[in-house]
Amino acid sequence: MTAAPITAAPGDGSPVTLEVALRVRRGGFEVAAELTVGAGEVLALVGPNGAGKTTLLRALAGLEPLAAGRVSLAGTVLDDVAAGVRVPVERRPVGYVFQDYRLFPHLSALDNVAFGPRARGAGRAAARAVAAEWLDRVGLAGYAGRRPAALSGGQAQRVALARALAGQPALLLLDEPLAALDAGTRSALRGQLRRLVGSYDGCCLVVTHDPLDALVLAGQIAVLDSGRIVQTGTPAEVARRPRTDHVARLVGLNLYRGSGAGRVVRLAGGGAFTVGEPVAGPAFVAFPPTAVAIYRSRPDGSPRNCWPATVVELEPHGGTVRVLLAGPPEVLADVTAAALADLGLVPGQPVWAVVKAVEISVYPE
Amino acid sequence: MTQRPTRRLTRRFQRRPGVLATAGMPGVLWLPAGLALVFLTLPLVALLVRAPWRTLPGELASPVIRDALWLSLLCATLATAACLLLGVPLAWALARTSFRGLRVVRALVTVPLVLPPVVGGLALLLALGRRGVLGRYLDAWFGLTLPFSTAAVVLAEAFVAMPFLVIAVEGALRGMDRGVEEAAATLGASRWTVFRRVTLPLVAPGIAAGGVLCWARAMGEFGATIMFAGSSPGRTQTVPLQVYLVLEQDPGGAIVLSLVLLVVAVTVLVGLRGRWVGGLAP
Repeated sequence: MTAAPITAAPGDGSPVTLEVALRVRRGGFEVAAELTVGAGEVLALVGPNGAGKTTLLRALAGLEPLAAGRVSLAGTVLDDVAAGVRVPVERRPVGYVFQDYRLFPHLSALDNVAFGPRARGAGRAAARAVAAEWLDRVGLAGYAGRRPAALSGGQAQRVALARALAGQPALLLLDEPLAALDAGTRSALRGQLRRLVGSYDGCCLVVTHDPLDALVLAGQIAVLDSGRIVQTGTPAEVARRPRTDHVARLVGLNLYRGSGAGRVVRLAGGGAFTVGEPVAGPAFVAFPPTAVAIYRSRPDGSPRNCWPATVVELEPHGGTVRVLLAGPPEVLADVTAAALADLGLVPGQPVWAVVKAVEISVYPE
Repeated sequence: MTQRPTRRLTRRFQRRPGVLATAGMPGVLWLPAGLALVFLTLPLVALLVRAPWRTLPGELASPVIRDALWLSLLCATLATAACLLLGVPLAWALARTSFRGLRVVRALVTVPLVLPPVVGGLALLLALGRRGVLGRYLDAWFGLTLPFSTAAVVLAEAFVAMPFLVIAVEGALRGMDRGVEEAAATLGASRWTVFRRVTLPLVAPGIAAGGVLCWARAMGEFGATIMFAGSSPGRTQTVPLQVYLVLEQDPGGAIVLSLVLLVVAVTVLVGLRGRWVGGLAP
């Protein structure tokens, strides 16, 4: 994979920004959303199944008609119900990676990727050259001649990604890009997807129900529930101040980057965690706020992951309170209201944070 | 839980088909079943028994038979081509669009399947004959007279055979995953490009199966052809017509021609294998 930036559509100077304010009806269900995604930004749409995430993506791609509202991308209006504007699917500068990939079963991996450039007017040879470059970029140069049926899930996912990007879209839509993969492949592809999406300079929306994917891939999060956006912000903001219990569960994750050696991962931002499984090289460390225990004084025994911290802020949601502790490492902890009272936690108070090694997940990057 | 032993039992029986086949069959059904089998195969056996095997090569090479055979192949192939050209778009419309009266249209398409071919031939004559509803204008404006020409054979065959193709292709289109068509559209493909580069290749097996069925039906067409095209040797006298017409003077020749049609039918059946039932089921 090369590190060169991925260019979204030949630029005409206008900033590649996606501006959305829409309503989509599907059966008796309505999705109403307002959001803005800047050039080079990645917005994660998180939410439970049936929240309307896929419907929203389909509407942006032009696969669902809007009931009301407006969508504009890089200054071009794609949809404007009031003005009667609806750019057809095939004329939108959009790349869509479907959850089930939807590769063309009768075409080779190369021709799958070449399909977009071909459909947009490139000659066969030119389209194939572009496609070969993209397959190389996603690390599948040796699989050009394979039919989708002969590809593994992870390979098919990368072909789908290459196919979506080969058309130089100004907007990239990823629907649960990692959901269909097994855990091992998932973790390997998450890092690759992060680099690929990171070097993409168009607008990117990624739908996921996995907080880890959202935190790793996206700079902004929008939480969708029952067709409404209930909260937006950076992953840290949303995790720190979840507006509802539901959001707290969805986005509540402590995530760190570090470097592993044996069972210890040294964090980039200071501090270290002892983990259950040995790990080597760059890795993500993640655990939910519910896995963190808070003590007023250093606990007895010898918990491996125990460090002094300071209470920064307290955010109640539902029956529990989310506590932000300054470290290093900085950490979010969920405690019950009763525990909060027992501990008498107030901002500025020094405490000890403890996490059991078995509660920590490690993902090699 | 209670289902598990049953399923295991079934699976064991399925591994030995003979056991399952005899196990559940009431004895009283054996006799009619056997009779049906004999009834269906005996005539074909008779055809093989009475075939003039010694003179067969000579008969096949005779100009009359050769002409009929050539005419049949030509007309059935042209009819199939016409059915493909018109029938595939019709199947697409039936499978992919919804409009008021869709059910009626589908019923109309299948009428030639159940209509006696002779009636179809008469109907064609009334529509396209020299004095027909449309035929009179074809005659007056273009000097075009269709009945009793080779073109009429093709039309009669296409009329009778097209439903086979339409139903097979419609079934294939309905069974196809439409998600890939959406994916193609997001990649910038126009509707026509999607149809040409995605839909068509994916339903190609269904089109092939429908085309072969259609061709076989056209090869065997008799009733509509004799009504609409008549029976003039070399021009409209196809193999089935000739079988009927030469039976009086040359029974051996009729048998030889019948053998040819039998070979065609068996070849098609073997070629299609299981596709027939699957492809035709709407």
